[in-house]
Amino acid sequence: MLNEKIKLIDDAGFRFDGRRWDELRPIKFDIGVLEKANGSAYVEWGRNKILAAVYGPREVHPRHLSLPNKAAFRCRYHMAPFSTDERKNPAPSRREIEISKVIREAIEPSVFTELYPRIGIDVFIEVLQSDGGTRCAGITATSLALADAGIPLKDLVVACAAGKVDGQIVLDLSDIEDQKGEADLPVAVTLRTNEIGLLQMDGIMSGEEFEKAFRLAIEGCKKVYQLQKESLKNKYASVKETVDEDEKTEEGEVNQ
Amino acid sequence: MTASFGVVPKIRKQQISDLLSQGKRLDGRGLTSYREIKIEVGLIDKALGSALVSLGNTKVLVGIKIEEGKPFPDTPEDGVQIVNAELVPLASPSFETGPPSEEAIELARVVDRGIRESKTIDTKKLCIIPGKNVFMVFIDIYVLDHDGNLFDASALAAISALLNAKMKEFVVKEDGELEFKENYIKLPITNCPVEITLAKIGTTMIVDPSLEEESVTDARITIAIDAEGRLCAIQKSLPGTMMPEEIIEAVQIAQVKAKEFRDTVLKGFINHE
Repeated sequence: MLNEKIKLIDDAGFRFDGRRWDELRPIKFDIGVLEKANGSAYVEWGRNKILAAVYGPREVHPRHLSLPNKAAFRCRYHMAPFSTDERKNPAPSRREIEISKVIREAIEPSVFTELYPRIGIDVFIEVLQSDGGTRCAGITATSLALADAGIPLKDLVVACAAGKVDGQIVLDLSDIEDQKGEADLPVAVTLRTNEIGLLQMDGIMSGEEFEKAFRLAIEGCKKVYQLQKESLKNKYASVKETVDEDEKTEEGEVNQ
Repeated sequence: MTASFGVVPKIRKQQISDLLSQGKRLDGRGLTSYREIKIEVGLIDKALGSALVSLGNTKVLVGIKIEEGKPFPDTPEDGVQIVNAELVPLASPSFETGPPSEEAIELARVVDRGIRESKTIDTKKLCIIPGKNVFMVFIDIYVLDHDGNLFDASALAAISALLNAKMKEFVVKEDGELEFKENYIKLPITNCPVEITLAKIGTTMIVDPSLEEESVTDARITIAIDAEGRLCAIQKSLPGTMMPEEIIEAVQIAQVKAKEFRDTVLKGFINHE
């Protein structure tokens, strides 16, 4: 019964959710959404809803984990129990531990960790609702949260997946495409230097298909990067406006 | 791991990269040459299948066991595949007792993906009562001596052990009761994935890094390739980055090496079966 083939791309070339093969899901970023964190970002990427928070630079606990020559950069990716179809046990799963590791390794090269010896930078990613591609959305939000925390970065890191669904190479797989499709290929890249920080694949692809999907994922990253930069600019442009307004009213008061 | 000792790897790194720039390695291997590979199967009688792989001085033992269990709700007619890796403390001064480390979890999951995505185990044949009772295949990776490149050694040991595994033939009676017969049948294995790991040191990529080379590795990429030469899993690891061209090149090297594996070490082994 479960073997019956669900068609994920119709004859006109539209995907399950109405997208074309090279289209991203709608993406929205919000920066500085948490009061206590040094930096934070919220992303809605399709039906994914993900919060990322940065604590630090701060003291490292336990202290023996601090490093003499650079910051101890730590990262926890975690899914809320209600974020999935079936309740997820809140204890960290093996999948979450692996994803935490690869996300940390994707983002750390973009951070000037050498500026913070013996100090810690902690990243927490909470998936509130998941719909495929949470690690990519999590990485993209984390990079914004790091920027919001004022931590010097070489560039924003951006991530996006491509894959193979119904025999076609497509961009940004949703949950059902990931599960029923043939292959998923998440990629994280630092675009300024064109360096790949994360690359994973599961599923079956030929060498040529892989290359095509890999290049498509990087193209997807470029689009997400524009949104990422815009959202940062908007955030700080609006801060500047309020500052300007405050100054005006102060001047007004003085004039009166 | 050894990187926490800091100073020595920095001097070593210089030496290793100096050699690499001339296309040489510390132990005299070519950039895309493996260390000597040995596979011994059937060492553990109590396991359904087992294999000890030596890759140079790295030694990994894999044992296969099965148990009855409940299938996952989304795949009620499929047996279950479980890969676990133990980095036992006798294998390296950097391995500690306690719950599995991040490295152990990553190792198990990457080996698991190579086998799972290539549909190596025909899980439909391991169903007893759909939705209720299936066989769970446990692939336990036991690292005995760590001298680098645990991924390839573990993946090779896992597939060798699976190809070597036998279980008692079983019939499901009408009342759903499971009855084992006296004769043995092979585990339903339908593919043969191989994992190839490349390490990037500076701007040079090498296959099969030794422990010393791993201690100065910037980034690592493991690529699983199935019997038809298709990619079935990839994992880039460690905090270094790779350029897109390097990744494409790594995939091409892996495809060549995987075929070599199949034509040499694995072929002899499968024929032996």
